[in-house]
Amino acid sequence: MADLLVEFFQWGFGVTLVPWLAIILGIVAGVLAIVLPLLLIVAMSVYMDRKVWAAMQMRRGPNVVGPWGLMQSFADGLKLFLKETIIPASANKFIFLLAPALTFILALVGWAVIPFDAGVVLADLNVGILYIFAISSLGVYGIILSGWASNSRYAFLGALRSSAQMVSYEVSMGFVLVTVLMCVGSLNLSDIVMAQKDTFLGVNGYWFTPLFPMMIIFFISALAETNRPPFDLPEAEAEIVAGYQVEYSSMAFALFFLGEYANIILMCAMTSILFLGGWLPPFDWEPLYLIPGWIWFFGKIFFMFFVFAWVKATVPRYRYDQLMRLGWKVFLPISLLWVVLTGLFLLLTDKIPA
Amino acid sequence: MTLLKHAARTFLLSEFVKAMWLTFRYMFRPKATINYPYEKGPLSPRFRGEHALRRYDNGEERCIACKLCEAICPAQAIVIEAAVADDGTRRTTRYDIDMTKCIYCGYCEEACPVEAIVEGPNFEFATETREELFYNKEKLLKNGDMWEQEIATNLKLDAPYR
Repeated sequence: MADLLVEFFQWGFGVTLVPWLAIILGIVAGVLAIVLPLLLIVAMSVYMDRKVWAAMQMRRGPNVVGPWGLMQSFADGLKLFLKETIIPASANKFIFLLAPALTFILALVGWAVIPFDAGVVLADLNVGILYIFAISSLGVYGIILSGWASNSRYAFLGALRSSAQMVSYEVSMGFVLVTVLMCVGSLNLSDIVMAQKDTFLGVNGYWFTPLFPMMIIFFISALAETNRPPFDLPEAEAEIVAGYQVEYSSMAFALFFLGEYANIILMCAMTSILFLGGWLPPFDWEPLYLIPGWIWFFGKIFFMFFVFAWVKATVPRYRYDQLMRLGWKVFLPISLLWVVLTGLFLLLTDKIPA
Repeated sequence: MTLLKHAARTFLLSEFVKAMWLTFRYMFRPKATINYPYEKGPLSPRFRGEHALRRYDNGEERCIACKLCEAICPAQAIVIEAAVADDGTRRTTRYDIDMTKCIYCGYCEEACPVEAIVEGPNFEFATETREELFYNKEKLLKNGDMWEQEIATNLKLDAPYR
C-alpha cells in the first residue's frame, strides 16, 4: 500500500515522499473524495426532501433559484454563512460551539466504512458495523451537549427527548443487526453485501427473505435515530420551537442541519447495505452487473431517501409515550423474537455461516 | 375474529400502507398552488391594496382637503394639512399615510366625496426599510398616475353595486 502510494506520487507529481507521508496524503485524498461529493449529495437531498414533500401536499416547492430551483440549498447555505453566530450570554461558549461541530463530524465519520462498490471503501474494517453503530450512538452527544450548553428550557427539553429516544431505538436496532449478522457470519460491511448475492429466487438482498420485517423495524428505528418525522419530537416546532437547535444561528445551525441530513443518508446507506444488497443489482442477472455497482448503491440510497421524505409527508408526529411504547414494547420483543427464530432456523437447517 | 383482524391490521401496518399510497397518488395531482411571482391569482375590483391619490383627466388633483378620510381613519394613519392654493381652490399642502399603521379597511375610499383617495389593486409594495412605508403626497400622486387605468376600470366595474 505504502509503496504503491509512493510510486503514485512519483508518477503523478514527480516527488518522492517518505512512506508515512504518502499514506497520510493518500488517506486525505480518500477522505476528500468521499466528503466533498457527500456534502453535495446532502445539499441536493435537502432540495429533494422539500420537493417531494411539496409534491405530496400539491405544492410546487423551491423553484425560483436556478433551473427548477436546484440551487436553493446553496442559496440557503450562503445566507446562513453570511449571518451572525449568536451565542447566548448565559451559554457555555465552548460546549455551545463544540456541539454542532461534533454532530457534523460524527455524521461524516461514519462514511469511512461504507463500501460504495466492490473494494471501494476508505477503511475496510472487519468490525465495520460495530463502528457505524458506535458512531451513531456518539451522535447523541452532539445533541445533548447543545441542549445543555444553550442554557435554554426548550433546548434542554429537546435534548432530553432526543437522547432518551435515540437510546431506546438503538436497542431494537442492535437486535435487528444481530439477525443480519447471524445470517452473514461477519461484521464486515463488504462481506454483508456479498452474502446477499442471490438470497432467494435470484433476488439480491435480504429484503426478499423472512428478514423483511426486520428491514421495516430497522427503517422505522432509523427514522427515530435521525429525529425524522413521525419521531421528530426533539425538534417538535409546535411544542418546543426547535428543540436543541433553538439557540443556534448561522453556521452553527447549518452544521446541525447538514449533520442531520448526512446522518439520514448514512442510515439510507445502512439500510441498503444490510437489506437491499448494497452495490449489487436488485436481481442476480448477468446483464445488470454491467451497470457499475456505485450506481446501484446510490440508486438504492436515493430510493430509501425518497421513502424517508415520503414518510415525512404522510404521518403525523407521535406522542412521546407512544414513541417509547413502540420502541420498548413492540420493536424490542419482535426483534428479540426474530433473533431467536433466525437462530433456530439457521441451526435446524444447518446453514450457520462458518 | 375481530381480534385476529385487528392484530393482522396492526402487524401488516395496513393503515400506514394505505396512507402512504394516498400521499403517493397525491404526488401526481395537479398543483393547488400558483407559481406566484410569475403567475398571479385573480383580484376582485373591490380589492383594497396600496393607496393612490387620483387626478381629473385635465391633470387637476381631485383632493379638496375636506379631511373626511383623516377623520374616519380608524388607525389614524392619515395626516392632512390644507391651504388655499394660488388659483383660489382649497388644496392639501401635506397628505401623509403611514402604511405601517393602515389596516386597509377602505373607509378613506368610502368617505371621499370626489373619489380622490382610493385603494388600488397593487399589493406588492414591500420595502427594505420602515421609512419607505411612510407615504407622502408626492408618492401617493405618483401611485395614482401609475395605476390610474386599473383603478378607473375597477371603479367602473364596481359602480353598479354601489
